Amino acid sequence: MILELKNITMRFGGVTAIDNLSFGVKTGEIYGLIGPNGAGKTTLFNIVTRNYTQTEGEVIFNHEEISDLKPDMIVQRGIARTFQNIRLFKSMSVLENVLIGFHNQANYTYFESMFRLPRHFLFERKLKKEAMEMLERFGLVEFAEVNATSLSYGNQRKVEIARALATNPKLLLLDEPAAGMNPNETEDLSEIIRRIKDEFGLTILLIEHDMKFVNNMCDKVLVLDYGEEIFEGKPSDAIVNEKVIEAYLGDFKHA
Amino acid sequence: MKMVKISFLIISILFIWFAQNYIDPYALSILNNIAIFAILALSYNLINGVTGQFSLEPNGFVAIGAYITALFLISADTKVDMFALEDPAPIILAMSLDFLPALLVSGVVAAFVAFILSVPVFRVRGDYLAIVTLGFGFIIKILAINNPKYTNGAMGLNDIPEFSNLYWTGGIMILTMLAMLNIIYSKFGRAMKAIRDDEDAATAMGINTFWIKTYAFMTSAFFEGVGGGLLAALLTTISPDQFTFLLTFQLLIIIVLGGLGSMTGTMVGTILVIGGMEWLRFLDENMTIFGYETGAHPGMRMVVFAILLIIMMLFARKGIFQDKELTEIFKKGSK
Repeated sequence: MILELKNITMRFGGVTAIDNLSFGVKTGEIYGLIGPNGAGKTTLFNIVTRNYTQTEGEVIFNHEEISDLKPDMIVQRGIARTFQNIRLFKSMSVLENVLIGFHNQANYTYFESMFRLPRHFLFERKLKKEAMEMLERFGLVEFAEVNATSLSYGNQRKVEIARALATNPKLLLLDEPAAGMNPNETEDLSEIIRRIKDEFGLTILLIEHDMKFVNNMCDKVLVLDYGEEIFEGKPSDAIVNEKVIEAYLGDFKHA
Repeated sequence: MKMVKISFLIISILFIWFAQNYIDPYALSILNNIAIFAILALSYNLINGVTGQFSLEPNGFVAIGAYITALFLISADTKVDMFALEDPAPIILAMSLDFLPALLVSGVVAAFVAFILSVPVFRVRGDYLAIVTLGFGFIIKILAINNPKYTNGAMGLNDIPEFSNLYWTGGIMILTMLAMLNIIYSKFGRAMKAIRDDEDAATAMGINTFWIKTYAFMTSAFFEGVGGGLLAALLTTISPDQFTFLLTFQLLIIIVLGGLGSMTGTMVGTILVIGGMEWLRFLDENMTIFGYETGAHPGMRMVVFAILLIIMMLFARKGIFQDKELTEIFKKGSK
C-alpha cells in the first residue's frame, strides 16, 4: 500500500463532504475515483495533497502519517497532482512550466544564482536538458518556447502532466485528465499515461467521468456518492452494479 | 545574446565615466536622480511585478537606509552640534563607518526588517502585504519624528558628507540590474513568477511559497535600503517628510509605466518619469497664458503623472514592456 486513507471525514461547516471513508492504493496500481458531481472526489484529492485538512482520520503515504505536512512538503515526499481545470503558469513558456516542476531538484542557493556561481550553471544546464527530455516524451519539443496557454487543450493537459512528472513523484494524482478531450486525444492520453507509469514506476490515482477511459485504464475503482463509498472493485463490475447505476442515473424502480 | 549584454554593460560604464567628468552639474544631478530611482524601482518591481505581491513598502525602507547611512557618515562632533532637540544617544555618537560598509549595513538592516514583516504577512494569502507595508511607512515616519535622541526628530539630519556621485549611483544601479536579472533567470525567479500566475499550482509543484515571497521581499528591501543611503549622501540633508507615501507612489508610476515584471521596462519607465518630472518643471512655476498669470502651483506636474496613470490603466494596463524583458522581445521578433 503506497497510500492509505483511514476513516476520513471532512466537514465544511454543516455539510459533510466525505463521511468516514477508508481505502488504500497499492503500489503500481491505477486506481480510479468515480462518482457524480459533488460526490467529494476532488475534496479527497485536496486532502491527500494537504490543501485541506480533514476533520477526522489519517492519511498514510509510504508508511508515514502525512496529515501534519504542508502542501509543498507533500510534493517533496513524492505526490504530484494535476488540476481539474488546467492551471498552467500563463506568463511562461512550455519549457519554463516544466522547469518549475524541477524546482526542488535545482540544488543551488539564492546567492549562488544572484552572483551566477558555477553551481547555478551546473544545475540549470542539467535541468534544462531533463526538461527537454520530458517534453520529448510528450511530443512537445517543438512548443518548448511557445507560451503555454496558447497550446491546444489536449497539449495543455500534456504540459500539466509533464510538469507534475518533473517533481519526480511516486504517486500521481490526475483530476479528470480526459475532460474536454475528443476520443482521439483521449486514446493518445491513455497511451501516454500507461507509458509514463511503466517508465517512472508510478502509482496513479485518477478522477474521471469518461467510463470508457476508466474501464480501459483502471485496475480498481472506488465509487463515491455524497461522500460515501458505494462500491470498490473492478471497473467492469462497477458499471453493472445496481447502486452505482442508481447514483448516476437515479432510482428507476420508484420512478 | 551574451554579446549584447556585455556591450550594454561597457556602454553604460563608459557613459557613466563620461557623464561624471564632462556633463554640467544640473544634468548630472538629474542623472544621479535617475540612477537612484532606478535602483528603487528595480527592486520594487521584484516584489510587486515579478512576484505579484502588491506592496507599498519602498518609502519605509528608503527612510531606514537613508537614516542609517546618514548617521554612519556624519562625524560625532557635527552630530553634537546638530541635535538641537535632545542630545544624541551614545550609540548614535559611536556610529561611524566608511561609505560602502554604511550602505551595506543600511541594506542588511532593511532586509532584516523586511524579514520580520514577512513572517506574519506571508503566512496568509491576500492583500495584507499592501496594508501592512502602508502602515509600516507611517510607523517609520512617526518613529523618526518622535525619537529626537536618535534621529533629531522633525528637524532631520543635514551636513551629510556628499559621497554619492554617478560612479556610486550608476555603479550600484548596474549591480542592482544584474542582480535582478540573475534572480529572474533562475529557479527563484521562475518560482516568483509561478506564484504571481497561480499560487496553488506553484505549491503543487513543491515550491515553498512563503520562503520565495520572503526572499523577494528581503531582496527588495535590501536594495531600497542601499538606495536610501545613496539618496542621503546625494542630497546631504534628510528629514522624515521626504519619505512619505508620495515616494512610493512615484515608484509605482514608474513600474506600472515600464511594465510590471519587466526590469528593462522599469529602466525605461524611470528615465521617462524622472526625466519628465524635470522637463515638466515649468508647470509648477508661474506661467503667463494669453496675458493671464496662472500663479505658481507647486505639484502641478504630479497631475500630469496622475492622468498618465489613469490613461495607462484604461488603454495599456500592462505597461510599455508588459512583463517581458527587452531581450525576450527581440528574441520573439527574430523568430
